[in-house]
Amino acid sequence: MTPRPWRAGSCDNHLNQEAPIVEIRKLDYAVNGRRIFEGLDIEIPQGRITAVMGPSGTGKTTLLRLITGQVRADAGDIQVAGEDMRKLKRADLYVLRRRMGMLFQNGALLTDLSVFENVAFPLREHTDLPERLIRQLVLTKLQAVGLRGAAELMPSELSGGMSRRVALARAIVMDPEILIYDEPFVGLDPISMGVILRLIRRLNDTLGLTSIVVSHDVQEISSVADNVYLLSGGKVVAKGTPLELAANPSDVVRQFVGGLADGPVPFHNPAPDYFGELMARGEN
Amino acid sequence: MNVLRELWASAVEGLAGLGAIVRFLLRLIVLTPSALLRFDLIIQQVFNSGALSLVIIMLSGLFVGMVLGLQGFQLLQRFGSEDSLGVAAAIGLVKELGPVVTALLFAGRAGTALASELGLMRATDQLSAMEMMAVDPIKRVVVPRFLGGVIAMPLLAAVFSLIGIYGAQLIGVQIMGVDSGSFWSQMRSGVDLADVNEGIVKSCIFGVACSLIAVWEGYHAIPTAAGVGRATTRTVVTSAVVVLFLDYLLTSAFL
Repeated sequence: MTPRPWRAGSCDNHLNQEAPIVEIRKLDYAVNGRRIFEGLDIEIPQGRITAVMGPSGTGKTTLLRLITGQVRADAGDIQVAGEDMRKLKRADLYVLRRRMGMLFQNGALLTDLSVFENVAFPLREHTDLPERLIRQLVLTKLQAVGLRGAAELMPSELSGGMSRRVALARAIVMDPEILIYDEPFVGLDPISMGVILRLIRRLNDTLGLTSIVVSHDVQEISSVADNVYLLSGGKVVAKGTPLELAANPSDVVRQFVGGLADGPVPFHNPAPDYFGELMARGEN
Repeated sequence: MNVLRELWASAVEGLAGLGAIVRFLLRLIVLTPSALLRFDLIIQQVFNSGALSLVIIMLSGLFVGMVLGLQGFQLLQRFGSEDSLGVAAAIGLVKELGPVVTALLFAGRAGTALASELGLMRATDQLSAMEMMAVDPIKRVVVPRFLGGVIAMPLLAAVFSLIGIYGAQLIGVQIMGVDSGSFWSQMRSGVDLADVNEGIVKSCIFGVACSLIAVWEGYHAIPTAAGVGRATTRTVVTSAVVVLFLDYLLTSAFL
């Protein structure tokens, strides 16, 4: 896989041009009788940054949990790096997960370990590397995210942006093939957001990763993503490059990209007749 | 009919819950040999559950022993047998009060700490992050905490009984004037190894019960502030009821 230069807002259509590393076919998934996905089809091409966007509550994080095997699909196929997620046993799933890294929304750092030990954690758990080598690897990854100077701090001493960068260093310390970001920009100031954006692009290109980014920050993610999937109502409503998405005439896409309060995704949650409910007496 | 149906549903739910917790215990036991290979993690948890509970255990042991000395002296004096205070206090502490009160205090101090720590780890995605790093959180986090509690409990019960006997001696001998020689010699001749064994068995079983309840509640806590709070409360309440129930069963078994 050849590293590619920074191509902010690329308009090339890469979708399906390379072998997909994640393939989802006719996926059905429901929680407590509420259908989250129905017949979902998604392909994540290898070596690219693929953004999965959609309104809140549309199942973006659930999709990541399905891809990583944290939950099982009701029906349909999920292939990740050639492995059928529905058939994988626990031990095989753990082997596959060593080839993945995941950045959680809040970083999910282990609060009783220092920054250095957090990044070293997967190495200590999975390898017998000598301490000197672990130290070099950890410092290299911390340098990559710009936080080598914070190695001795505890997670409680870090800002939100720093926590996410440390978590990113931890996610790449085992040199994964797939890096998954769950809402990486939530609650970040513009500078931290810019840093994370830059890291997503740079790590993807220099380490030859496949990146999957779940986000609803349209402008930010469009500046680094190669491909975008827009989910709504449990289905893919649009896919393509960020520019193709911006030019998509569909109402749902227009509403989401334009940030319109009302549209196919209604402003009001389904409810009984307003006047009738206000006039009703003595009944709750 | 509705009442019967609800009772039946509750019974089935209760049994399912019991089955789930037994399966969880079996999983902990299966993972114990591999967890023992990383003994440093267990030592750390023995420190967290045991050493950090020492002050409350020692203080409580001292006061319980002192009350036992006072009450025992008052009672035995009526029959002119206050010299037997030593044996009465020792047997009461070693067989009963030591294991039971230690278990109740353990549930309140270490059990709640375990449950809230695991619940917060769940709420802040730390357990999910471990899963994603291909690290089994039960093996890495839960088993060392469980074993730490199981090891710490008999040690704490022993400290409680020891300090309790000192407290009884402090009141009985130093203040009430019971003969020191009679106090200690009657204790030596009156307390059998079987009495000590009963205390050890009880504290070990209470250790398993309290640690299991704490890690179960914490690991399965609903990942919200209210969920973690509820898990912590349930740890104390369930542990207290289970310890007293088990105490009755074990006491009858040892008779």
